[in-house]
Amino acid sequence: MRKVLHNFSIEYLQVLDENGVCDESLKPPLSDDDVKKMYEAMVFARVFDETLLKLQREGRMYTFASLRGQEASQIGPAYALSADDWLVPSYRESGANLLKGTPPEVLYVYFAGDERGNSIPSPVKHLPVAVPVGTQTLHAVGIAWAAKMRGEKSAVLSFCGDGATSKGDFHEALNFAGVYKTPNVFMVINNGWAISLPRSKQTAAETLAQKAIAYGLRGIQVDGNDVFATYSAVKEALEFAYRGVPSVIECVTYRMSDHTTSDDAKKYRDPEEVELWRKRDPIDRLKKYMYAKGIMNKEYEEKVQQNSEKRISEAVKKAEAIQEQEPIDLFKYVYADMPLRLKEQYEELMS
Amino acid sequence: MAVAKVTTAVTMVQALNLALRQEMEKDPSVMILGEDVGKNGGVFRVTDGLYDIFGEERVISTPLAETAVAGAAIGLAINGMKPVAEIQFEGFMPPAFDQMFSHAAKMRNRSRGRFTVPMVLRAPYGGGVRALEHHSESPEAYFIHTPGLKVVIPSSPQEAKGLLISAIRDPDPVVFLEPKRLYRAFKEEVPEDEYTIPLGKANVVKEGKEITVLAWGAMLKVSLEAANRLKDTISVEVIDLRTLAPVDEEAIVKSVKKTGRAVIVHEAPKNCGFGAELSSIIMEKAFLSLKAPVKRVAGWDTPIPLPKYEDYYYPNVDRIMKELQRTVAF
Repeated sequence: MRKVLHNFSIEYLQVLDENGVCDESLKPPLSDDDVKKMYEAMVFARVFDETLLKLQREGRMYTFASLRGQEASQIGPAYALSADDWLVPSYRESGANLLKGTPPEVLYVYFAGDERGNSIPSPVKHLPVAVPVGTQTLHAVGIAWAAKMRGEKSAVLSFCGDGATSKGDFHEALNFAGVYKTPNVFMVINNGWAISLPRSKQTAAETLAQKAIAYGLRGIQVDGNDVFATYSAVKEALEFAYRGVPSVIECVTYRMSDHTTSDDAKKYRDPEEVELWRKRDPIDRLKKYMYAKGIMNKEYEEKVQQNSEKRISEAVKKAEAIQEQEPIDLFKYVYADMPLRLKEQYEELMS
Repeated sequence: MAVAKVTTAVTMVQALNLALRQEMEKDPSVMILGEDVGKNGGVFRVTDGLYDIFGEERVISTPLAETAVAGAAIGLAINGMKPVAEIQFEGFMPPAFDQMFSHAAKMRNRSRGRFTVPMVLRAPYGGGVRALEHHSESPEAYFIHTPGLKVVIPSSPQEAKGLLISAIRDPDPVVFLEPKRLYRAFKEEVPEDEYTIPLGKANVVKEGKEITVLAWGAMLKVSLEAANRLKDTISVEVIDLRTLAPVDEEAIVKSVKKTGRAVIVHEAPKNCGFGAELSSIIMEKAFLSLKAPVKRVAGWDTPIPLPKYEDYYYPNVDRIMKELQRTVAF
């Protein structure tokens, strides 16, 4: 006997098309005020990004991973979270981190080379950035599992990229989430490139969303430059998560910048491809919709830009005015109680 | 250690089991996860019966994935649980090592104390039981070398219970390596009540005047046997380090200043084994007391052999005795 045991299909969701035309039948229940807030958060993320790139070039901070082009993949999901939900980012989710409540000066302090930038102020529930690719998906499972055991209504939204889907940690995380029915939403930000490796060389699978199927999870692919689609998919996934059904959401977007400030993408990718994606810009798209809807005008647009610039410049001032850490800070957070050896090393440093 | 009146003669496996049970009864956030730890009670039966008492919510047999056992434990610990994660054999720790090295060890420091990882990663450790390949390793140095981790290796049932309870209550990640050849090697009177043995404190097991032996885990008993056989000719002091990170430097230095000589015994390969660090500590802090070079009796710098040659590999009583005699005669 030979028979088919399982067929699967992967849904694709787009609510706002490239011209900002909205499929009203799919539009999530967002008020005009919500839409404005999301737009403001996207602009804020972009201005933050542009400012940090500029400061990096000026030598005022170190390596930075730009999020340009991925604003809708971050703001939609983060907007869907409640204060009780956790955010577990990779290293490119500054936009989501800011919206979750980490002040811009804290994030800037991190990229300026100071651990205090990873000291997410309590009670904001998000982990520090995760630099080793994909490892954080397992922490997301553990956090969600703990929340479930304690009977809390709290889900965990984690981010990783297309490259991370090739790593064992990602697969083990999906598998554990499926087995233990943990309240997880795994965002896979498919931005086309894992440093220099194109998505086509990352996996032979047609979508990254379908990785969910093998582990008994829900999987959906969304237009990652459409903030209504990313919001809607996450909102829905969170409802499933609270009921113990984890999801994978693949956001198809594009990394408009180099991998980090230490990279030069011109070496490996076609500028025409970048131009093609420039036309799909997530902020322009939302703006077109808002103009058509009559909730946007030049004055508001300028005000949002100016407010963002002002907020960032105040944050930079605040961050750069921060007192240097004391040398003892190098030693005092390694363990809860400083062992004798670290005390001696501190004394050696100070002598 | 608190003195408890009622004691029972138990093996190390039973002592560990009792420690886990009592901590789970006391603290609802303590939980166990790992391969085959549920109904099966773990391949060495350390978690035997706990599934029946605490259920599948708290004693969890996981899918076969060591990275996930460690990685999920990190998340659980960050969000308020106290996971005791088991890796089935130390030879399978490398997949878990990335999570321990990159995240468990660093989370407190990276987040300036906002997030902490109070977890225990347990594993049967070391050789001497005629096991398969990848079932007899001594990987402690990898973990000791990682700032932010604590590393504990018990040497007897009584030690195992008190140290495991301390490890579970510790606010930092602890790698707890259990010498598998001691699991059922002997029984010892162990207090039935809970008690703790502080982490970071060594134990002078036998006092002596002429030479110090530093050992831990299964090598403690072998070292004591060597010292006893030499009792008429050499006065040997034997120290059980118990905790290798952070190590009790004060106890080591105090002893070597008294005896003027030291031999370090460990199962792990000699090259970059923890003996090298201990030797350096002695050089830095007790050099002027030394009457002879500090020596190491360790596993050879070869992969662990299969059972037929196993006895050639590990330090034994004869090798330790010879080194003690040579060092005293130097």
